[in-house]
Amino acid sequence: MERMPAWADALLVPLISLAVAFAISSGVILAIGENPWEALKIMVTGALGSSYGWGYTLYYATNFIFTGLAVAVAFHASLFNIGGEGQATLGGLGVALACLFVPWPHWSLALIGAAAMGAAFGAAWAAVPAWLQARRGSHIVITTIMFNFIAASLLNYVLVNVLRPTGSMDPATARFPGATSLPGIGDMLTAVGIPFAKTTPANVTLFIALGACFLVWALIWRTRLGYEIRAFGKSEKAAVYAGISPVRITMLAMLISGALAGLMAINNVMGEAERLVLNSVEGAGFIGIAVALMGRSHPFGVLLAALLFGFLYQGGAELALWTSIPRELITVIQALVILFTGALDNMVRQPVEALFLRARKGAK
Amino acid sequence: MMDLPTLLQILDSTIRLGTPLLLACLAGLFSERAGIFDIGLEGKMLAAAFLSAAVAFVTGSVWLGLVAGIVASLLMSAIHGLASITFRGNQLISGVAINFLASGLTVLLGQYWFALGGRTPSLEGAARFAPITLPFAEELRGVPVLGPVYRELISGHTALVYVALLAVPASWWLLYRTRFGLRLRAVGENPAAVDTAGVSVVGIRYAAVAICGLLTGLAGAYLACSLSAGFVKEMTAGRGYIALAALIFAKWRPWQALGATMLFGLLEAVANRYQSLNLWGLPLPVQFMQALPYILTVIILAGFVGKAIPPRAGGQPYVKER
Repeated sequence: MERMPAWADALLVPLISLAVAFAISSGVILAIGENPWEALKIMVTGALGSSYGWGYTLYYATNFIFTGLAVAVAFHASLFNIGGEGQATLGGLGVALACLFVPWPHWSLALIGAAAMGAAFGAAWAAVPAWLQARRGSHIVITTIMFNFIAASLLNYVLVNVLRPTGSMDPATARFPGATSLPGIGDMLTAVGIPFAKTTPANVTLFIALGACFLVWALIWRTRLGYEIRAFGKSEKAAVYAGISPVRITMLAMLISGALAGLMAINNVMGEAERLVLNSVEGAGFIGIAVALMGRSHPFGVLLAALLFGFLYQGGAELALWTSIPRELITVIQALVILFTGALDNMVRQPVEALFLRARKGAK
Repeated sequence: MMDLPTLLQILDSTIRLGTPLLLACLAGLFSERAGIFDIGLEGKMLAAAFLSAAVAFVTGSVWLGLVAGIVASLLMSAIHGLASITFRGNQLISGVAINFLASGLTVLLGQYWFALGGRTPSLEGAARFAPITLPFAEELRGVPVLGPVYRELISGHTALVYVALLAVPASWWLLYRTRFGLRLRAVGENPAAVDTAGVSVVGIRYAAVAICGLLTGLAGAYLACSLSAGFVKEMTAGRGYIALAALIFAKWRPWQALGATMLFGLLEAVANRYQSLNLWGLPLPVQFMQALPYILTVIILAGFVGKAIPPRAGGQPYVKER
């Protein structure tokens, strides 16, 4: 069967889908009586016009890189992990325990310890749905959704009844000790002579996120396990015939996925809040779905999509500040991106493919 | 030991809280029995709740609100149908998109129309469903046990509660006693066979998705115009997912759906009433009660308590052979 060129498949189709999603978003802005062009200008100025804006954009992007990679790794194994939200919640608990109960001498050691705990807790939370899928055939989409709710209740219980300092009314842990405080991007850049706002939450975790992108790329395309994950995702029957164990791949892919989602907590819990609060994930786990779909499950695509969503998040906050457009506009854009790059993919793909095939016939 | 009035109050709120779950659960039942997974129940309910409250407030008529709510949820269903039936996209991803779309649009439009931070103004009088007193509720008041049970528990609910309860036998009849129902179930198990028999798979699936939209519309309107007095941001609060859980719990069957949703309604009613429970000396925190429907569903899904087998063709787009 004839197909369109790879570049059209990897770039053109997602870009057209994205353009459609943004065109409809502009329509929505027009419909609520605002000017989409003005809105875009405010978003660009607010998110990219100053080092302060960039700091927030990069902070949000760091969250979305982790959750986007988490969804992407599972996608490669044909598993839809909707549980990033719960896994990141549990990752937060792991990070908080590491920061509160271990007397770290230096932030770098604390970062390693907290990252290990966050990843372990995230992976553990993904392990149960993974095992149920692999061994009992329970649909992983439903079980991971259920585990999101169970995670929220569990964290609520732990914060209210266990980790809340005595005398505090706020369902949150105590502030983490000073030694666990991560250096911000602002401090680091200023130290090497580049002026950058110091009051933004962007921190050293950004570099760990970039490293995670590279490691996931290497894992998926340069290791035996990555090959097995992709083979399993393409065709379970063929993979079994080639001697690949479905149970092992399902477990490993979901453990890696959960660990990546859990790692997000070093950014938002340790880097930004420096204590664990209720709903610290703030939907980043779900945005990972949009990021992975847009990035076509490729780490580089995930990075670009995470930056775009980081921009949308920070820009949306500025928009809510300066206009009467509420932040929920970003939720609508996110929904449209998921709809057009994910569910309605064929709507864009089929005409583009037909166009290419016709052009090729004409050239012959 | 609990006294009768307390018990009646808890059971009464069980029915009130179980009703939206029941309607949404039956909605999911039609869709999934036809082979279309729907994790967008939450979003459809939310859209219906918003538009029904908005229209009920502006027109002052809850019935116009109800119609508007159904329209909102049918529009969401149309998107789901387009994505998962016509363009053979991923049904789960489409459902996720619908949930976000509803969550964002309701606040965006709510803020634009009413400027109350995404709420609608409170509904009063004819803009809300009124309770219906069944015949003889007052006359039977003096009869011990039966009188209060009839008066408090069975009588005095709003119209949609009775509609939801009647929808259970109606769904059963439609699914198991009509030709349409047989075809609908067949489309969810083996669409190729239905196609061979000369029946349109696409048509049946769209019909199922539309019935799903109608029922989630009722559920949403009930939430905003009966259970509450107006729309509040994110007011469905995970009920769409609990309905999904109840659907699995009920193993995709209507009567069992009634049992499962009322059980989950009871859990919610008890969690609302008691901040902590002591069960045989074991303290149960309120968070545990809130998580219980989800935990039960995972246990059911794990197959430890009977096996939940979904419709065989669920989630797969149908590609006609050429």
